[in-house]
Amino acid sequence: MTHAPNTPAASSPALAEDRPFVVAGRTLASRLIIGTGKYQSYEDNARALEASGADMITVAVRRVNLSDPSQPRLVDFIDPSKYVFLPNTAGCFTGEDAVRTLRLAREAGGWSLVKLEVLSDPKHLYPDMAETLRATDMLVKEGFDVMVYCSDDPVYARKLEDAGACAIMPLGAPIGSGLGIQNPVNIRLIIEAASVPVIVDAGVGTASDAAVAMELGCDGVLMNTAIAEARDPVRMARAMKHAVIAGREAYLAGRMAKKRYADPSSPLAGLI
Amino acid sequence: MAEITVQLNGEARALPAGLTLTGLLEALELDPRKVAVERNLEIAPRNGYAAIAIEDGDRLEIVHFVGGG
Repeated sequence: MTHAPNTPAASSPALAEDRPFVVAGRTLASRLIIGTGKYQSYEDNARALEASGADMITVAVRRVNLSDPSQPRLVDFIDPSKYVFLPNTAGCFTGEDAVRTLRLAREAGGWSLVKLEVLSDPKHLYPDMAETLRATDMLVKEGFDVMVYCSDDPVYARKLEDAGACAIMPLGAPIGSGLGIQNPVNIRLIIEAASVPVIVDAGVGTASDAAVAMELGCDGVLMNTAIAEARDPVRMARAMKHAVIAGREAYLAGRMAKKRYADPSSPLAGLI
Repeated sequence: MAEITVQLNGEARALPAGLTLTGLLEALELDPRKVAVERNLEIAPRNGYAAIAIEDGDRLEIVHFVGGG
């Protein structure tokens, strides 16, 4: 059989479609979710968002600056009707703080999908898991769909899912550290046990970190600083888009087995 | 005109008596579609701003979405 070079053979099977990325009933086109903090300006943020291909962004809820109402507003640069806004509870240290903040977010945005983060010590910004679990319970009872930032502890991940979390979001490394996936064993254990999406949130520093997270089988990756503090955020946003796709494809493809010794790629038979 | 004092985003502020939330947002030049208001730790429903009269001693929070991770 002959066919023209560079023309796909008619018999080559089409790649099986990946299952869609669905969080609390919403189908997202991209497995990359990005934060909107730390950018030089909302213009830069909007350009990086465009380049990332993400369709969900995290946002914070803060007091309006009443002394200068003309200050630029996020929603004037990033259209809430075009992107899924995911309000967070950054700065909250108790379940009550988180509920109060997200009630306001629900009124401001009109939707109930939220990101819960209840932090502890500013030095490491690790989540306070006992309080996070209590807050998850409170928010679920209030009718919120709660995506939960958490430690990479498989036991707590299970408890969060049992409490009704719609996504489990373990950290790869401390928030803003860019240290990469520090505990791939735990992330994999969480993924294997979860029946809701698992999204690595925090710790990604560069594209290979995002690919590692996706190769472990994560459903998505959430990042902020890696893009916002890159020298060229728009280019890094594009790199992350490709890394997440590449990592997902590699996971679906199933990597080769690791071997202790070399294994030649060219046949040994027929050597002259 | 009589005045009342409220806590607005953590600061004391004098307002004319009888002002509604709609009137306050107009005076502050804020688009009601882009903010949320809490009054005495309770959410003020957006469709009820015109009916909510601010009272002396009220604690009001006006918030919006900003960049965050």
